[in-house]
Amino acid sequence: MIRCESILMQYGETPALDHVEVDVRDRATTVILGGSGSGKTTLLRIMAGLVQPTDGRVWFEGEDLAHIPRKRLYELRQYMGMVFQYSALLNSLNVYDNVAFALHEHSKLDESIIHTIVTMKLEQVGLRGLEHLMPSQLSGGMAKRVALARAIAIDPKVVFFDEPTSGLDPISAAVIISLIRDMTNKMRMTSVVVTHDVEAGLSIADHVVLLWQGRVIAKGAPENIRNSTDERVCQFVEGRPDGPIPFSRSTTSYIDDLMHKPGTVRLET
Amino acid sequence: MTAMVNTLGLMGRNFLLMLQRLGDIATLSASSLRLLVASPWQGRHIVMQIYALGVGSLVIIAITGAFTGMVLSLQGYYTLAKFGSESLLGSAVALSIIRELGPVLGALMITGRAGSSITAEIGIMRVTEQVDALEMMAINPRARIIMPRIIATTLSVPLLIAIFDVIGIGAGYVVGVDLLGVNPGSFVAEMQAKVTTEDINTGWIKAVSFGFLIGVICTYIGYRATPTTEGVGKATTQAVVITSVGILMLDYILTSFFL
Repeated sequence: MIRCESILMQYGETPALDHVEVDVRDRATTVILGGSGSGKTTLLRIMAGLVQPTDGRVWFEGEDLAHIPRKRLYELRQYMGMVFQYSALLNSLNVYDNVAFALHEHSKLDESIIHTIVTMKLEQVGLRGLEHLMPSQLSGGMAKRVALARAIAIDPKVVFFDEPTSGLDPISAAVIISLIRDMTNKMRMTSVVVTHDVEAGLSIADHVVLLWQGRVIAKGAPENIRNSTDERVCQFVEGRPDGPIPFSRSTTSYIDDLMHKPGTVRLET
Repeated sequence: MTAMVNTLGLMGRNFLLMLQRLGDIATLSASSLRLLVASPWQGRHIVMQIYALGVGSLVIIAITGAFTGMVLSLQGYYTLAKFGSESLLGSAVALSIIRELGPVLGALMITGRAGSSITAEIGIMRVTEQVDALEMMAINPRARIIMPRIIATTLSVPLLIAIFDVIGIGAGYVVGVDLLGVNPGSFVAEMQAKVTTEDINTGWIKAVSFGFLIGVICTYIGYRATPTTEGVGKATTQAVVITSVGILMLDYILTSFFL
């Protein structure tokens, strides 16, 4: 359904994504795993057409998102939904209006039909009856669920999830993971989930992509990732502090920095 | 020699950066305003912005207008009394407020109250990914966020300044006539005789220009703010400072053009 071909994303001299190739399969859950700064959110935003890659192509339903006019991109966006890391609910609207937003904007449906759709979507995420609340009155987990209801309000073909469990307590995180799994199965939609939560990610994935420093270091079924012999994959999956993925990112000598930093006390050795 | 070259280089870079920013402001504003006709009608959002920015600024405009008129009356009386021309107080107060103080002070107050709020609101929408959420729902953020605010400030600033003028002149009348003893008939008659339609039009043109300037600069700086809490704070300060300086510069240009 979505195919990323040789995606290069350059911020300054360091590539955030270095010729990344990813295939997102139709009606399946693809989980993009990786540590902080590995480029996974950038990749997700490129897939959604929110960011233009420096080079490469993003095919969505046979069209290259990186090279189509905005009008066509907006037409294709009606097949996409996105749950943002911080929910991104519109502050000035209550829960009902947030979920109904895209329907009000893009459909000519009667308000009674929109009301029925919103009620159904809120029931799916377990928040029916809270339509009148404002985003500021919601907990983090509830806001994520409203964002999910908003994302699926237009029955999209694909939903992108950016760190769906970050900042949530274990119960809220489990609820969100369970909702993603259920919706992908029941609504037969495609999900792309970006997360650094290994257990949650592997539990819902049909296909996993593991990024490290802007490069794909492993991809395949969750069992393949768990059983991988690649030291980098093992270190990430097991959450070990020591291994080929270094703890320190310093490129200069620690002793040299301590000894020769201007304005500091010189240490005698 | 090296220091001079470095200084010139720095000046050149800053000048190029300024030109780039001006170009970006013009491009963003023009592309947003084009959406007034090229995108679905945003009337409800324009009205909501007029309410938030215009009606919300009424109290501050009324207070500023009242005190400006009162001080102007006191100072004007003090100066005119030296020449025995106290009867000209009405025209002095009215002309000063309509041609200059109303548009400039009113616009500066609206910048502080509404302009800063525009920048902060748009900046926070960026931080909390609301702008991206609009994009994902196939809604052009320029049509929904920028254009209604530019239209709202361009329409509401002249109306607020008209209110500023009326309250300022009224307050000047109260101080001049009731406190300082100027003849009420001569206050009003001089004002009617000296204030022409051209003076009022000058005030209108300034007010519309300042309203447009506030909308363009404050939305631009908010939209291009670094999406961090620090970035939004910095952008809000920048928006107020740049818009205020811009208003004073534009005021000089317009005044020299109309005089």
